[in-house]
Amino acid sequence: MENAITSVPDFLPALPEILMAVGAMALLMYGVFRKSCDAHETAYGALALFALVAALLVIEPNASIETFGGMFVVDGFTKFMKLLILLAAAAAMVMSLTFIRREGMDRFEFPVLIVLATLGMFMMVSANGLISLYMGLELQSLSLYVIAAFHRDNTRATEAGLKYFVLGALASGMLLYGASLIYGFTGSVQFASIAAVLQSDGTNIGVIFGIVFVLAGLAFKISAVPFHMWTPDVYEGAPTPVTAFFAGAPKVAAMALILRVLFVAFPSMENEWQQIVVFIAIASMLLGAFAAIGQSNIKRLMAYSSISHMGFAMVGLAAGTPEGVRGVLIYLVIYVVMNAGVFCCILAMQRKEGYVEGISELAGLSRNQPMVAFVMAMLMFSLAGVPPLAGFFGKFYVFMAAVQAGLYPLAVIGVLSSVVGAFYYLRIVKIMYFDEPAEAFVQPMPGELTAILGISGFFTLFFFIYPAPLIIGAQAAVGALLP
Amino acid sequence: MTDGNILSLITFLPLVGALVILATRGDEATVARNARYVALWTTGATFLVSLYIWWKFDNTTADFQFVQQREWLGGAINYHMGVDGISMLFVILTTFLMPACILASWTSINTRVKEYMIAFLVLETLMIGVFCALDLVLFYLFFEGGLIPMFLIIGVWGGARRIYASFKFFLYTFVGSVLMLLAIMAMYWDAGTTSIPVLLEHDFPADMQFWLWLAFFASFAVKMPMWPVHTWLPDAHVEAPTAGSVILAGILLKMGGYGFLRFSLPMFPVASADLAWLVFGLSVIAIVYTSLVALVQEDMKKLIAYSSVAHMGFVTMGIFAANQQGVQGGIFQMLSHGWVSGALFLCVGVIYDRIHTREIAAYGGLVNRMPLYAVAFMVFTMANVGLPGTSGFVGEFLTILGVFKVNTWVAAIAATGVILAAGYALYLYRRVVFGALEKDTLKSILDLNRREVVTLAPLLAATIFFGVYPSPIMNVTAVSVENLVTNYTAAVEAYRLAEGPGMMSQVANLLSGN
Repeated sequence: MENAITSVPDFLPALPEILMAVGAMALLMYGVFRKSCDAHETAYGALALFALVAALLVIEPNASIETFGGMFVVDGFTKFMKLLILLAAAAAMVMSLTFIRREGMDRFEFPVLIVLATLGMFMMVSANGLISLYMGLELQSLSLYVIAAFHRDNTRATEAGLKYFVLGALASGMLLYGASLIYGFTGSVQFASIAAVLQSDGTNIGVIFGIVFVLAGLAFKISAVPFHMWTPDVYEGAPTPVTAFFAGAPKVAAMALILRVLFVAFPSMENEWQQIVVFIAIASMLLGAFAAIGQSNIKRLMAYSSISHMGFAMVGLAAGTPEGVRGVLIYLVIYVVMNAGVFCCILAMQRKEGYVEGISELAGLSRNQPMVAFVMAMLMFSLAGVPPLAGFFGKFYVFMAAVQAGLYPLAVIGVLSSVVGAFYYLRIVKIMYFDEPAEAFVQPMPGELTAILGISGFFTLFFFIYPAPLIIGAQAAVGALLP
Repeated sequence: MTDGNILSLITFLPLVGALVILATRGDEATVARNARYVALWTTGATFLVSLYIWWKFDNTTADFQFVQQREWLGGAINYHMGVDGISMLFVILTTFLMPACILASWTSINTRVKEYMIAFLVLETLMIGVFCALDLVLFYLFFEGGLIPMFLIIGVWGGARRIYASFKFFLYTFVGSVLMLLAIMAMYWDAGTTSIPVLLEHDFPADMQFWLWLAFFASFAVKMPMWPVHTWLPDAHVEAPTAGSVILAGILLKMGGYGFLRFSLPMFPVASADLAWLVFGLSVIAIVYTSLVALVQEDMKKLIAYSSVAHMGFVTMGIFAANQQGVQGGIFQMLSHGWVSGALFLCVGVIYDRIHTREIAAYGGLVNRMPLYAVAFMVFTMANVGLPGTSGFVGEFLTILGVFKVNTWVAAIAATGVILAAGYALYLYRRVVFGALEKDTLKSILDLNRREVVTLAPLLAATIFFGVYPSPIMNVTAVSVENLVTNYTAAVEAYRLAEGPGMMSQVANLLSGN
């Protein structure tokens, strides 16, 4: 490791992050100094920035490089996760374009905040020490708090933002406390050195406490039970494109962080953290499945759905094997794509008087907009995990890992809760197909929503024909994380 | 074309038809007419192509034929297709029944015809895939995928309580199947592959077999359906449109029996032997209990649905007798039940289309105005009873014979089921067809039209032909079944020699009084 104090660190590995930070500033300046700048201009700028960053990521070498005194790392795993985050963030940004204009939140800060949040997520993914972890996490969280409340004239949105902020601050506090415990008992903030110390000195109760607190903080970010309470309220209150954003990219980043913390910093304590992960997974799957049944607001329903999906992803993590991590990655990719499609449909639930969110508003969609209803139905079946749709393969790989690790009770509870979950996904299909048509939505759907919905539907429907690229890609990413 | 991808062709041909229908444009009436014709031509062509595999099929080997293998998910999970003597005829059965389903829906489905035909063609692809798949994951994909179109068919085009029925159908089947999925994964980690031919050779540890067997049983028992998890079937049958009932009774139920034959018996022989008493018990309960329930039904479709459960009891019983007669009888019974129960539902559909009720009490004396219908219905009723000379007899006889060699008591109780079947089936026939034509609504009822004759005639021909001359079917299945039974017996004996009688079989012996 190079000496961070005397020599200048190697900036090259962090080039995408630096570019994104500079780009965000530039967009902000542009917005400030240009009179009457609306969100569309900065949004296109942000998308161009994303494209540039994505290109940089793709051409970046796959080798594992540490820099900034070992606190920042890039490898095949970070590349995979960052590309996924970019995809999710870009999709959310595109989906917001029509909405923000209609709802009067067409201000240039909105895309800039999304870029900043994405930058925070990049930092989270590349964090290789407790301090950079916290830095990335807070940059992301603070941007998200603001975005949640971005519709500032709307009481629901401001309430959501405030609630998210207060609870999020609490979670960050817990995480910080855990981090300090870990530092106190191991004498290091860098993941690899923590692992080395634990390897030689053995575990002790202080570090276990630290892990519990850190995991609690991170579980909050992926809205896993029992730290999920904010999710339904925030999802419901926040503007819909913001909810779409929340349901995608931040989960990926936080999951990447959890993977790196557990597998790089605490590999020798797998028995300890596995219990916690198993509990969180079971609780999330069950709560997500049962609590969603009674929901009548589709955004709340998707909140519970995302809770249970994070539970399923955690099943792979609980296995604690390379196969498990591969399962998590495949699950996340498929989840992000399906989620984008579903939120496109939710954003298309628009009548002349405004956006609607009740599940019953979807009644008879199959008559009014057959193609949209068809794709939405397929997405619902896919979320339920019915083959041959993509969602099935996500579940397949995580449960495969759980079975391999001998976690049979977890696997059985998991698949049974997926049956319970199937009930509420089917209910949406039922409303769209079996019920008498309600008043039609505004047609046609905005072009950008149609495009994203089409891509998402295509992926979901035809993933089974050629699944190899994703599986191989995830495999390579796992190879980088767990050499 | 080579023989290597003929199965893929048969499997995905209906999907091509579905895409063609998807592309049709125009006003509603034109689209509906085009959709009907495209669906009919597609299913007809699929049937003809599928006859090619029967023609080319080699009766003398138990190996898989027309095998095709491609890289798919990696890690020894491949796209792997092939048929043997056990599965080949189910493919033919599927393609044979589909044109009848399309014809049966010709006039009775008037809303969303395009979507209806697409759903049916997609369903056909998935059903054929189930019987052709030689990889467990691929099998699961087809097996479960079929739930989606069937859910929509029941839910969109079904009767008054269609929503309840469709949810019940979906969730029941889904619960059973997810447990099977876990078992598939466990098998993958034990054997390192999900290739069915390899797994057939693989010896699973006996205690593992027990759990795997139970997991597969959970799925297939629901699908079959066996008592006490049969309750979704009457609901689904009653609410589904006629063609949906035909597919349900004719093919979807057979997937359970096929699963027992393909997986439970050959892959988990020890567990199958140890748990045969459970299957026998549930089978005889199903045969007697559901026959009694069928006797008191007021709704024609419900009556036939319960009779299906009873007939499937013969199948499970015969399969787990695990001897040549039992297994071959089970397969024959499934095939025969496939077209007989399908035809019975079509018969119900014929009068339902005219009078719009399935209440038995609403009919009576139909023979006076519908002689052709009365003849057709009678033949199928007799086949349902198991009258010698019809295909229904062969299967029932062989299964009882097979079971008799294993356990006399089970065979004796099952034989009473035949009597009960005669009771409910003839009682139904008398109430609907015979008697004086008194009801005003029936005064102007018309006999079978040409379309209905065309629909029912092939089924009637099959019923009589295979009842008199079952060899074409028996010849196909014989070698594969023999191979299955030999391997099964050898595996069980080897295990018994090594371990001594297991506790489960001691319990079984105690229960069966041996």
